[in-house]
Amino acid sequence: MAALTPAALPDVEAPARRPRGGGSRRAGIWRGVVLVVAALYFVTPLIASFVFTVNDPVAGFTLDAYGEIFTAEGFAQSLLLSLGLAVATIVLVLVLTLPAMLAVRLSVPRLRPVLEVLCTLPLVVPPITFVAGISTVLSWGPDYLAATPFYQTIFAIQNPTFPVVLVIAYAVLALPFVYRALDAGLGAMDVRTLVEAARNCGASWPVVLLRVIVPNLKSGLASASFLTLALVLGEYTIARLLGFQPFSVWIVTVSGANPQLSVAVSIFSLLLTWLLLLVLSTAGTRRSRS
Amino acid sequence: MNGAQVEFRGLRRTFGTTVALDGLDLTVAPGELIALLGPSGCGKTTALRCVAGFETPDQGAVLVDGEDITRVPANRRDAGMVFQSYSLFPNLNARDNVAFGMRVRKVPAAKRHARAAELLELVGLPSQGDRYPHQLSGGQQQRVALARALALEPRVLLLDEPLSALDAKVRVTLREEIRRLQLSLGITAIFVTHDQEEALSVADHVAVLRAGRLEQSGPPAEIYDRPATPFVAEFVGTMNHLPGRLSGDLVEVAGQRLPVHGDRPATSEVDVLVRPETVLVTPAEDGDVLIVTSSFRGASVRLLLRLGDGTEIVADLPGHDAARFAVGGRASVRLVERPVLVATRTPASAAPEAVTA
Repeated sequence: MAALTPAALPDVEAPARRPRGGGSRRAGIWRGVVLVVAALYFVTPLIASFVFTVNDPVAGFTLDAYGEIFTAEGFAQSLLLSLGLAVATIVLVLVLTLPAMLAVRLSVPRLRPVLEVLCTLPLVVPPITFVAGISTVLSWGPDYLAATPFYQTIFAIQNPTFPVVLVIAYAVLALPFVYRALDAGLGAMDVRTLVEAARNCGASWPVVLLRVIVPNLKSGLASASFLTLALVLGEYTIARLLGFQPFSVWIVTVSGANPQLSVAVSIFSLLLTWLLLLVLSTAGTRRSRS
Repeated sequence: MNGAQVEFRGLRRTFGTTVALDGLDLTVAPGELIALLGPSGCGKTTALRCVAGFETPDQGAVLVDGEDITRVPANRRDAGMVFQSYSLFPNLNARDNVAFGMRVRKVPAAKRHARAAELLELVGLPSQGDRYPHQLSGGQQQRVALARALALEPRVLLLDEPLSALDAKVRVTLREEIRRLQLSLGITAIFVTHDQEEALSVADHVAVLRAGRLEQSGPPAEIYDRPATPFVAEFVGTMNHLPGRLSGDLVEVAGQRLPVHGDRPATSEVDVLVRPETVLVTPAEDGDVLIVTSSFRGASVRLLLRLGDGTEIVADLPGHDAARFAVGGRASVRLVERPVLVATRTPASAAPEAVTA
């Protein structure tokens, strides 16, 4: 590009352009250097881990460690739990934030800074404080309430097969990322005019949301979703301290017994996350192009 | 498709300390195109949004065919709207944009597509149905928006400065097409604009608003020729302010005596309001009028003249006369004999205002 530009311009401009062209060539070299350094930093541990998992001191190259993942106890269960939690969290956090952000934008713009601060707060609360608070709340309650729906609810959300309490906690953790992603998406369109045009065409509020806002907010929704997905798949502290076993906790549990297996599982979970992100992002872009 | 009568009754709306509407009373006859004209902040858009249901008045009511719709939600009103900014749904092509309202109302697909095609043809875009908004020009987008507003066969069409984002040439053609469509459909239309030429050229009635109140309402010619107040006179078209002296029913101005129209101030020293095209100029070697500047506009030429007593006056003449009036030359001036509007003398009355426009 830099090499082509001077040729396409009148000669007068060429001298003026040259220093910039030289500068961008130098920048190009630096770009390459940064890329190589960064690549080494990220790829070296990955390759080392991979070699470690496939290199048996006795038998040489073997994929046994990867085979073991799928037969290890609790693998499928914890993975499915994590995916389920991710989906539920995405749904919950979007259902909570999108209508609220729209309402604030359309009717009380004054409250936008308040909403922004509220949604950013989870970033400054350390997870350990967060989980301490949650467990205090969960263990609170005098015995005479034992037969009430309140107690039953507290028990129900801690059901180990699908701990709703984790969904609630993760939704709070995801708020800052979801808020940013959706705010950028909403900022890129003329929300008020589109909403009014739709209302004028007879659309009720749910129709406005589903037929007008959502289709035009696809990239924002997609990035909000995959930030949440990555967050839920990788979260360890809260799940561990509350005593549940999603995928991240399971990896740590199995790693004690078999080091090769544990590294193989880490690589596997990385690949899985990348795959899911890829699926989400291509789904997002393909739909918005059609 | 027939138009409905729209009535604004004592409409009042405030935003914080700003009064957008201050008791607006106005009736729009069925099938009529009314232009709400006024400077920005005069409440014209707020009034329109009250009909669409995007604003709720603090006091007063909006009636359509005698029925109070003030509290009816926006999505259940019988009014199609074209917005100032581009408002097409970016994810839908032109046809689906037009069919959106019918889809919401669950009209069968075949029927709504046929109707959308028909409407696109009506607005002159029969072959653009598959295009997305970003593939259409500004004028085309507003045509599609117009088709969309008409899709549900509303009895009132609301136009909120629909042409202000377009370039001059498209603006003129599109406003004429809107007028043609409105006449052939017989639909009542409320057209909000700050462009007086636009208002005068398309409307049956022009309602001039000022600070949330109706200043004057009438046919375009009446608004232009017999403005009821100095504000209307000033806002619609260009106006000269000449010093004059009242005597009985007549006013003495620039050496002539002209009948007075409308209210007179208590003082006898007044400003006389004179349209540039009612100033007749003839070249005269020994005239006491100096030609200060001349700006040629094709069909017309606008001269800035200085009278013998130092008063400056703007005159519009046919363009082909331009050659006869050289800058620095002399001329004589006469005013057309017709009733004129007078206003209280303002300190700046020596210089003509609103030389632009």
